[in-house]
Amino acid sequence: MAENKQDNRVATIQLRGIRKIYHIGEETLAALDGIDIDIHKGEFAALMGPSGSGKSTLMNILGCLDRPTEGSYKLDGQEVAHLSDDDLAHTRNGKIGFVFQNFNLLSRISALDNVALPLVYAGVGLHERRERAMHFLEAVGLADRADHQPNELSGGQRQRVAIARALVNDPHIIMADEPTGNLDTKSTKEIMRIFERLHEEGRTVILVTHEPEIAACASRQLLVRDGRITRDEGKGVVMDVV
Amino acid sequence: MLFKESFAMALTSLMANKMRTLLTMLGIIIGVGAVIAMVSIGMGVRSNVTSSIASLGSNMLIVSPGSSNRGGVRGAAGSMQTLKYDDAKAIESKVKNIDYVSPAVSTSSQLVNGSNNWNSSVQGVTPEFLAIRSLEIDYGSFITKNDLDKRQRVCVIGTTVASNLFENENPVGKTIRIKNQPFKVVGLLKSKGQSSMGQDQDDMVYIPLTTAQERVMGITYVQSINVQVSDPDKMDQVQEQIEQLLRSRHHITNGKDDDFHVRNLTSLMETVSQSTAMLTLLLGSIAGISLLVGGIGIMNIMMVSVTERTREIGIRKALGATFMNIMTQFLIESMVIGIIGGLIGIGLGCVASQLIAKFGNFTTVITPLPIIVSFVFSVGIGLFFGIYPARKAAKLDPIEALRYE
Repeated sequence: MAENKQDNRVATIQLRGIRKIYHIGEETLAALDGIDIDIHKGEFAALMGPSGSGKSTLMNILGCLDRPTEGSYKLDGQEVAHLSDDDLAHTRNGKIGFVFQNFNLLSRISALDNVALPLVYAGVGLHERRERAMHFLEAVGLADRADHQPNELSGGQRQRVAIARALVNDPHIIMADEPTGNLDTKSTKEIMRIFERLHEEGRTVILVTHEPEIAACASRQLLVRDGRITRDEGKGVVMDVV
Repeated sequence: MLFKESFAMALTSLMANKMRTLLTMLGIIIGVGAVIAMVSIGMGVRSNVTSSIASLGSNMLIVSPGSSNRGGVRGAAGSMQTLKYDDAKAIESKVKNIDYVSPAVSTSSQLVNGSNNWNSSVQGVTPEFLAIRSLEIDYGSFITKNDLDKRQRVCVIGTTVASNLFENENPVGKTIRIKNQPFKVVGLLKSKGQSSMGQDQDDMVYIPLTTAQERVMGITYVQSINVQVSDPDKMDQVQEQIEQLLRSRHHITNGKDDDFHVRNLTSLMETVSQSTAMLTLLLGSIAGISLLVGGIGIMNIMMVSVTERTREIGIRKALGATFMNIMTQFLIESMVIGIIGGLIGIGLGCVASQLIAKFGNFTTVITPLPIIVSFVFSVGIGLFFGIYPARKAAKLDPIEALRYE
């Protein structure tokens, strides 16, 4: 994608000078040390980096699960770096869909109820919740498994339920943290195809991964190392992870 | 988030751990049940005591003469001689809400039957005395109106007197001597045993009031007038009316002291009520402690539950649950334990109370108040002991919670 063209639009995600500092005893550790990123609407970006590089911390801040120590984070033009816990919760609920490595489904309720859970916190009524949850379960091809509990589903199916849950509130940003980390090759392909489809539908997808083949599906690769972005490249670049 | 959702979630998670939920609830069930059973015993004791006081002659007003005051020297209570038989008759005819009026005099006298003799209390009474003191005739009859009008020398004796004067003989129809005058025994009373003051209530001889006044004691006044009021709520009113009536009959002008006293047994009743209320409170609070322990059980289990479900809380928070959402969910869970436990406890307490009454030889009385109070208490305990764990859950950091294994 042409970078010049993107710069003319307002970025959906705009990070400026983001630092995250942890105090461990006497020592201070900068997990993130000055991050500047613009991610535009409709982009499919992969965050890469070795463990300990700070990519998980960056993911948490991007997902509004955590606040930076300093810096500015504008989400759709709104400053979210220093919101209260509850305002962050509302932001997560309305704008961001999460997909986790270990699925993070509630084990005691059905797939349908799992998908509908974000709608509960959005204050949507029961009838509409079921309808919308069913719609997204159909979209990931699991309509016939709606009444099954997560432990009755395979890993790939669980991750599809989780994706349906991420989509149910119609957020325009999907955050996926190692979504294929616990899956076999076949399921991995299925899941990645779904992400590509979401990208084609115009959603912003941010993928955290350490696998170059997975990252290659994205149109943009960001490499995090020692709390900084060390590489930011467009589509088609093969990563040379040392 | 809707309240309904939180409620459904709470039920789902309680059902997921049936055994644990049941055991937690058991603390509340036993607590509430114990409170209800214990209080019902306390209330039972109260109603027992109250009814036995009533059998002693409740609703009773006792009119007695005041103390004399001659030149500044005050006599003993009851030493005035102004209270007459006619006063009693006037009370009976003019004051409403009265069942019986019974004037009486009493003296102590030597009783003689042949070679046996015995000193006992001799009371001059009217026929109403039988009903007012709840006395029962074992054999023969009580003093009649006719005896009273004709100042007959007849007497009714208690069992102690009978056994001392007649040993095993039937005394009815025999004659005894009181103050050297022959009295025909017309009746024998059933034994009443000792009074609460330790007095032998069977060591008594009853003769007609008029006979006692004129033939035995040589007086014209009466020493007391017992008045039984028909409605306990009207005690004060009747007492007021009697006082007014006697003041006007005795020509006592305003500002001067009465020459009589009217007393009632209400104060005794109050004392008894107070002590049984203390008993009830004591029993109730002992049971209340077990309710409190049940509450701590709820807190304990909720803490375990929060730790166990850290990951679930993390997921919910990541998906947009706010502090209040999580707080509500856990609070409702602990309150549901309180509510259901409380309801079962009420049922159990009522059953236990019935069983105690049936097999334990106790009177138990179940009133709505302890039921309502202990239910409200159990819900309150669920709420109170749920707050800390619920807060702990709601304050969890979503990242930490999601990472929790």
